[in-house]
Amino acid sequence: MKLVYMDHSATTPVDQEVFNTIKPYYTDVFYNPSSAYSPAQKVRKAVEKAREQVALLINALPEEIIFTSGGTEADNQAIISYAITNMEKGRHIITSAIEHHAVLDSCKYLINNGFECTVIPVNSLGVVEPETLEKAIRPDTILISIMHGNNEIGSIQPIKELAEIARENQIAFHTDAVQTMGKIPLDVKALGINMLSGSSHKFYGPKGTGFLYLKKGTRIGRLLHGGSQERKHRAGTENVPGIVGLGKACELAGERLPEQVERLTKLGKRLTDGILTTIPNTRLTGHPVDRIPGSVSVCFEFVEGESILLMLDQLGIMASSGSACTSGSLDPSHVLLAIGLPAEIAHGSLRLTLGKDSTVEDVDYVLQVLPPIIERLRQMSPLVR
Amino acid sequence: MYSEKVMEHFMHPRNVGQLENASGVGEVGNPTCGDIMHIEIIVADNKIEDIKFKTFGCAAAIATSSMVTEMVKGKSLEEAQKITNRAVAEALDGLPPIKMHCSNLAADALQSAIKDYLGKSS
Repeated sequence: MKLVYMDHSATTPVDQEVFNTIKPYYTDVFYNPSSAYSPAQKVRKAVEKAREQVALLINALPEEIIFTSGGTEADNQAIISYAITNMEKGRHIITSAIEHHAVLDSCKYLINNGFECTVIPVNSLGVVEPETLEKAIRPDTILISIMHGNNEIGSIQPIKELAEIARENQIAFHTDAVQTMGKIPLDVKALGINMLSGSSHKFYGPKGTGFLYLKKGTRIGRLLHGGSQERKHRAGTENVPGIVGLGKACELAGERLPEQVERLTKLGKRLTDGILTTIPNTRLTGHPVDRIPGSVSVCFEFVEGESILLMLDQLGIMASSGSACTSGSLDPSHVLLAIGLPAEIAHGSLRLTLGKDSTVEDVDYVLQVLPPIIERLRQMSPLVR
Repeated sequence: MYSEKVMEHFMHPRNVGQLENASGVGEVGNPTCGDIMHIEIIVADNKIEDIKFKTFGCAAAIATSSMVTEMVKGKSLEEAQKITNRAVAEALDGLPPIKMHCSNLAADALQSAIKDYLGKSS
C-alpha cells in the first residue's frame, strides 16, 4: 500500500544529510564537551558550530541561543523562569487562547504559584488582534507570550506589531515558533522579541532537541539546576548529537526556505481548493492567506474526525484531527473552540500538513479518496436530515 | 488501539440507514460531546423484525451501533431489553478505556427505541 504522510506538524523524518552529520557523535566523537582533553574540544566546537547555525537562521547572536530538550522545555523556561526571575516587577502575564499546551500549562503553573494570567481571545481567523492585546495590559504585566504560527489551524500571528506593543509598555515578549521555524523566514531582530522557542524535529532534525532564543539583556533563571552548561541557563550534559542535528537542520532549512515556501504554499492551495470545491458543507479553519505553508485545516459538517482519520489510515494516509476522540479528552480542540466554531463542527476537523517530500501525486491521491470517505460517513450520520 | 472486531464493524457497518414505518425510534448523545446514535426498530410478534442505525461519532460509536443491531435483530423484545452497553463492548472484544463511557451508548439508543415502541403500543 502507498503510504502518504501528511502530518508534518506532528513531526518530520530526520533528513538523511542531518542523520549523516549526527552519526559520529554517538560513537567515535562521543566525548563530553566540558572535558579538558583535546578530543573533547572537537565536540565543544561542534556544539558551538550548531549554535551559530541556529543563530544564523533567526538572525540572532550565537550567545543568545540556549539548547533545550525541545520546544516544550523552551516554552516552560521562557514563561516560568522568566516570570519567577522578574516577579519583583509584577505578577501578571498575558497569553492567547490558541497557544500550545506547553505555554498554557506553564501559565497555569504560574497561576497556581501566585501569578495572574489573562488569556486573550483570537478572531474567527485565529489571529490575535493588537487592540485586544493592548486592552489586556496592566501596570503589573511582565510577560506576553503569543505563538508565531498555530499548530492546528496554521494562522500566523502579527508578532511584529504585538511585540511593539509589549516594548512600548516595557514588557518582555516571547513567541513559540515551533511550527514556523524552518518553514517561513524568521528574524528575531526584525520581530523585536525577547524570547523564541524552537524545536528540531519539526523541520527534519532529531527529536529531543530544541532551543530558546534569549535576547541579550533579558534576565532569566534556570529551569534545570545542576552544572553550568549553556552559560548557566540550562544544566545537564549537552545532547550533542541532537544539538549537531538541530544545527544542520537549521543550515538546510535556510538554504531551502525560499523554494520550500513557494512550493508548499502552492501544494497546500491545491489541496485546500480541491477539498473545498469537491466536498460540500466544508470550511477552511484559520487564516486563508497568512498561514504556515503546506498547512491545510478544514472542518466537515456532520461527521467526526477520528472516523475520518481511521478511514484515511486504511488507505495509507496519515493525518490528524482536533476532535475530542483524538484529543484524549471529552472536548474538541481548544483552538477550534477559540475561533468560535460550535463543538459539533469542531468534531469534524481534519488537519493535513505537507512537507518537503510531499508531492502533487500525494495531494491528488488524497483528493481522490477523501470525498468518498466523507460521503460514506455522512450517509451514516443522523445529523444529515 | 481498537480490536479487529471494532475495525471490522467500523469499516463494514451492518444495518445502516432508516426504516419506513418504524415502530420505535431512539436517539442518545449530543453533538457537543461528539456522539449521536439514532436507532429505529420494527417490532412484529414481539420480535425485533428489523433494525437500522445512523451514528455520528468515532469508530467506537459506529462499531457499537453496528454490533448492537446485529445482536438483537430477530430477537424477542425481552432478550433485546437485556442488552447492555457493556455486553456490546464485550461482543466487540472490548473498547479502549476512554471510549467506554463516551462512545459506548448504542445499547442505550436501542433501549430508548424499545421504550418508544412500548409507549406507543400501550
